[in-house]
Amino acid sequence: MTTTLAASRPTSSFLDLFASEWLKLRSLRSTYWALGAGALAVVAFNANAARADFVNYPHYGKPIHDEFVYWALRDAFTLGAAMIMILACASIGAITVVGEYATGLIRTTFTAVPDRRALMAAKVAVVTTVMTVFGAVVAGVSFAVTQAILAGRDAGVSIDEPGALRVIAASALLAPACALVGMGLGALIRHGATTMVLTTGILLLLPAFVTDRYHWTACVRNALPYNAWVRLVDIGYGREPYTLVSWYPTSVAGGWVVFAVWAVAGAVVAVVAVDRRDV
Amino acid sequence: MIEVEHLTKRYGPTTAVRDLSFTVRPGHVTGFLGPNGAGKTTTLRMLLGLVAPSGGTATVDGHSFRHHPRGLRHVGALLDAHDVHGGRSARAHLRALARSNRIPAGRVDEVLAEVGLTGTAARRRVGTYSLGMRQRLGIAGALLGEPPVLLFDEPLNGLDPEGVLWVRELFRRLAGEGRTVFVSSHLMSEMEHTADQLVVIGRGELIAAESLTEFAARGTAPTVTVRTPDAGALTMVLTAAGAEVSTYDEETLRVSGVSAGRVGELAFEHRFLLRELTTQAASLERAFMELTADSVEYLAGADAGEARGAGAELREVRR
Repeated sequence: MTTTLAASRPTSSFLDLFASEWLKLRSLRSTYWALGAGALAVVAFNANAARADFVNYPHYGKPIHDEFVYWALRDAFTLGAAMIMILACASIGAITVVGEYATGLIRTTFTAVPDRRALMAAKVAVVTTVMTVFGAVVAGVSFAVTQAILAGRDAGVSIDEPGALRVIAASALLAPACALVGMGLGALIRHGATTMVLTTGILLLLPAFVTDRYHWTACVRNALPYNAWVRLVDIGYGREPYTLVSWYPTSVAGGWVVFAVWAVAGAVVAVVAVDRRDV
Repeated sequence: MIEVEHLTKRYGPTTAVRDLSFTVRPGHVTGFLGPNGAGKTTTLRMLLGLVAPSGGTATVDGHSFRHHPRGLRHVGALLDAHDVHGGRSARAHLRALARSNRIPAGRVDEVLAEVGLTGTAARRRVGTYSLGMRQRLGIAGALLGEPPVLLFDEPLNGLDPEGVLWVRELFRRLAGEGRTVFVSSHLMSEMEHTADQLVVIGRGELIAAESLTEFAARGTAPTVTVRTPDAGALTMVLTAAGAEVSTYDEETLRVSGVSAGRVGELAFEHRFLLRELTTQAASLERAFMELTADSVEYLAGADAGEARGAGAELREVRR
């Protein structure tokens, strides 16, 4: 009888769900386009900053030449590149969830796996893994390319330079953190355009709007992933004239905590939000 | 075995499903019939744990489906052929589904062959598929886990005549293997040759749960159509013989209460020229229409009309 046949088979584990979600991600052409275009844009942005410094290097004065290591590390991952990274990664994260709701696939998925939390946890695990690797590759390549360009002026820094690894790590981890925020918002909103507007608003616009003049606004500002990243990659932080220290200063440890909190919050929301609602 | 007891679903002021109870037994193809917006899809979604009931229970083999960690070996379902991502190939879609339930990849090729999506078709992106091909893919997905219970929501939509025959054959075979096969449709004509049991609902409430033959007997008695140049005189003869006669046009009569044979005898005795004499058998379609019309009449009035409008809107939004 069919029932006994079904019961005698081994039930699938979390690893099977992970493999299934991985298959889903890599079987979409848009995944490659999004990751490829995002990586190219970020590396090109950084390389262009290094190129500009390469060209202008002879005109910089001695004070800048003396402390050029800080400038070189800024070129390794620029503000513009970070914004593109945030936008690309948050979109990719959001689309892994919203894409299922928008197409209706989510009903097929939840019929195959009624344990929605396990399913979403597997999706979160896959996205975190893929985006961490993506971030590491993009940040690593950016560092290598920019420093190779600056080496033409004997101004590039090596990976052993104090702070270099922090720049790479913070930029790399920006990817999974923002992707998880995108997933969480996607699971809450389930609608593509609205999710993207809100994600962009929170991750990119809010940091530009919120001042650090007052204590409470500074708290909000410092708690945003973009500002946490800015603090983490600022190797010359607190050393005039390279950085203007905020009225309410922040720490490197605080930056990592902000990253972690946003990532965990995004993951938890993505897993919990889908559990009770009708689809 | 599917057991639905006092199942109710409310969306705000609208009640999509109201106190619905029925049982679907294994070994049969059971048709799930109702006009558009009757609550069929909502009921199926509640069975699959996708939509939470406002009241009552829906169980499959004694368990609430939501409590199974993995579903494909318990229930196979095709809810909507469009519930796939158009960017994936049929094979990739099914392999991901199979993997999530630890079903070997070989089974994917088996079901693809079974539904006739082989070769390049299986490798094409689903976005390029016709509705009929998507239905086949959806059926393939339902078959993946060789489940004892199968649910299909309007599976015949978009299929060509050959596809319809194939699906009917498949459903009968699955039922023959002892599985529970529950198939929804809003067209009686589709179910007439597919199902042997029926669950009929209208406006979210149960109208009938019985065999196809029992259901057919509910319909209007057969009528006989007679065409003759002497309609007026024949009407008198037939009425005298106890028939009920209505005039269709000046040459055509609709007769009930007597058989076509009796009409022929009477015409022969009284020397009428007949140009046509046909019997319209009691059709399931008509039985269905009459019964669902009853359910609408029963609830007629301004409130029911509003509720119905809201229900249709809800359906639109959820699509």
